Amino acid sequence: MQAAIVVFPGINRERDMAIALELATGHKPRMVWHKETTLDGIDLVVLPGGFSYGDYLRCGAMAAHSPIMAEVKRHAARGGYVMGVCNGFQIITEAGLLPGALLRNAGLRFLSMDCHLRVERADTAFTGHYQQGQTFRVPMAHGDGNYTASTEDLDRLEGEGLVAFRYAEPSGALTTAANRNGSARNIAGIFSPNLRVLGLMPHPEDLVDPLMGGTDGKPLFDGLAAALAA
Amino acid sequence: MKAIVTVMLKNGVLDPQGKAIGQALATLGFAGVGEVRVGKRIELDLAETDPAKAREAAEAMARALLANLVIESFSVEIV
Repeated sequence: MQAAIVVFPGINRERDMAIALELATGHKPRMVWHKETTLDGIDLVVLPGGFSYGDYLRCGAMAAHSPIMAEVKRHAARGGYVMGVCNGFQIITEAGLLPGALLRNAGLRFLSMDCHLRVERADTAFTGHYQQGQTFRVPMAHGDGNYTASTEDLDRLEGEGLVAFRYAEPSGALTTAANRNGSARNIAGIFSPNLRVLGLMPHPEDLVDPLMGGTDGKPLFDGLAAALAA
Repeated sequence: MKAIVTVMLKNGVLDPQGKAIGQALATLGFAGVGEVRVGKRIELDLAETDPAKAREAAEAMARALLANLVIESFSVEIV
């Protein structure tokens, strides 16, 4: 699997993401500056977390119109894999690759803490090394992670099985307390209809080594490396 | 000519900032304040001199970038 990480001005999680991808694949991902315009030979494009363009106007709004994004959209249209984490998820929704938007956290606070995600389906390239219904611990760090979409879009996401992860108690129960940012229907991450574009708010890349305090995020990257090995 | 684009969260979209401001106003003793909503005002200096065309251009900019129509609505004033 050849992965690329898009580097926008103001992001800060690109090196964490590179470590996680290298651990899983055995080689370094390509770092792609946002002004580049080609993604030739790339299987997986990752939009990392941070504060692209200082969150000017809306989180992700500026980055969504960077030169590389036209190519990211073409890559997705060709059936390529795309993952957006945190600010990357915001960029993906602003670019229209996934439906909905991320609003200010319901409690207005920036949330920097661990949360638990429930895996809604395990038959995708991103979740193949998890079990359906299992929960795993993962750090989150965001001010605008309150996922919202129209009722029709939410119904469609649920009806078509496109919810990837939900905020849950470690037991798997979906509670308001576990849904710290106020996301609609506890949604933490969603897939595109072809299951090849994933956007999620928490940071699995920050829990991939015992030195980080755990490896709960590692199956996501190992699963991707296995699914995209060719 | 100048276009003023006002961007607001759509009705029905929770506005926690507005809510917090409303609570702070109540704490300060200002009574009788109902719902508070927070938005953005974006002023554009346009080379266009025809008001109708200026409005059309500002609306196109709002749809393309200034507002996220999933969560926000906008209005344009030409001055």
